[in-house]
Amino acid sequence: MTCDLHREKLAAYADESLSPEDLSGVEDHLRACPSCAAEVLTLIQMKRATRAAAASLTLQPEFRMNPDFRRKLEKSIQSSRRPRWKSSWLPGLAVAAAALLLAVTSFVVLTARAGRNQAIAESLDLHVATLASANPVDVVSTDRHTVKPWFQGKLPFTFNLPELQDSPYKLLGGKLVYIEHSPAAQLLFEIRKHQISVFLVQNEERLGPLNTALAATRERGFSVETWNQAGLRYVMVSDTSPADVHALGELLRNAAR
Amino acid sequence: MPLFARLYNFACWLTRDRTAAEDLVQETFMKALKGFASFQQGTNFHAWIYRILRNAFLNSQAGLQASVSLDAGDDAPLEPSTAETPESLLLARLESESIQAALHELPMNFREIVLLCDFEEMSYQEISLAIGIPIGTVMSRLSRARKAMRTLLAAKLQGVPR
Repeated sequence: MTCDLHREKLAAYADESLSPEDLSGVEDHLRACPSCAAEVLTLIQMKRATRAAAASLTLQPEFRMNPDFRRKLEKSIQSSRRPRWKSSWLPGLAVAAAALLLAVTSFVVLTARAGRNQAIAESLDLHVATLASANPVDVVSTDRHTVKPWFQGKLPFTFNLPELQDSPYKLLGGKLVYIEHSPAAQLLFEIRKHQISVFLVQNEERLGPLNTALAATRERGFSVETWNQAGLRYVMVSDTSPADVHALGELLRNAAR
Repeated sequence: MPLFARLYNFACWLTRDRTAAEDLVQETFMKALKGFASFQQGTNFHAWIYRILRNAFLNSQAGLQASVSLDAGDDAPLEPSTAETPESLLLARLESESIQAALHELPMNFREIVLLCDFEEMSYQEISLAIGIPIGTVMSRLSRARKAMRTLLAAKLQGVPR
């Protein structure tokens, strides 16, 4: 028998839909109450079993997807575009068709996280991993003429680094990372013992929307600044002040002009 | 599972018929295409496209018959929990087939919400957007649906020779 008080909250916990305010309370309760913990475990097992059972429906011969179906659908999407070719909402439709075709053909899984800025989320994780690493960079050099050429042949793009001689910033080095499956450069800078990661990756839609020219935010306590320039997405992450991040950002932006 | 396959799978669960499911997915894509301008960047694509699928289903022949059960049954008070079913034990003995059979037997509105939550892995917020019901109703309907599912599974277990 479980505590009646927590029944709906336990379900919300198992469904990962519990409000942040309730989360710690429920977690504390679960540590103290074995029967509720068992109930949550059961709920999760049940969810897994249901998911597996639901997914396997289309493995049955009766429901297996007809291999021609996809092709037929793509065709009908294309042919539906043609008769309306002259209409005034053509540009919007063409964009929509392209986007949906992409969804059909490239197996894009748009999840609940659609809309969240993927580039920032991954950059934060990479920065945290770098701080924890014994070998934070692969090319160790304070010289921009050493660091930049190291990326040659490793990245499908190139970039310029600013001269830092008269600035409080120091270049520590760089390494090759991946953001949303695309190769990216991570450059590590230092200011007064604080480290700043700068990520450069080719700007693509899947990185997440960036509606303003320059976006400065706080994420998980880190100062973040991101912008698009010359076909590249820049993301800066650091535990130093937003002003320090912004000043280095200005140097980078000037160098890229 | 990719979006396209997931929509098709979901359509199969709603229609229980391959041809009807194909028609439904096709209609969903055509409608999504036409309505793409109304989709606002940054809002929830998953809930948006599922909503289109659901409306297309409700307008279909099979959907018209099912529509009564899709939006019914939330007003009845939740019955007090009676005998607890030891699901862990139960799950260990139940095959995927039994769970599928139980899902098929569930009323349409229960089947839909269980699948949105457990198969589509939508949050309560997303489910609320997709079916257009308040979060409180999402929680109570889910709770009822799961209880119904447990009852069905328990009945199946009792039918299993020991």
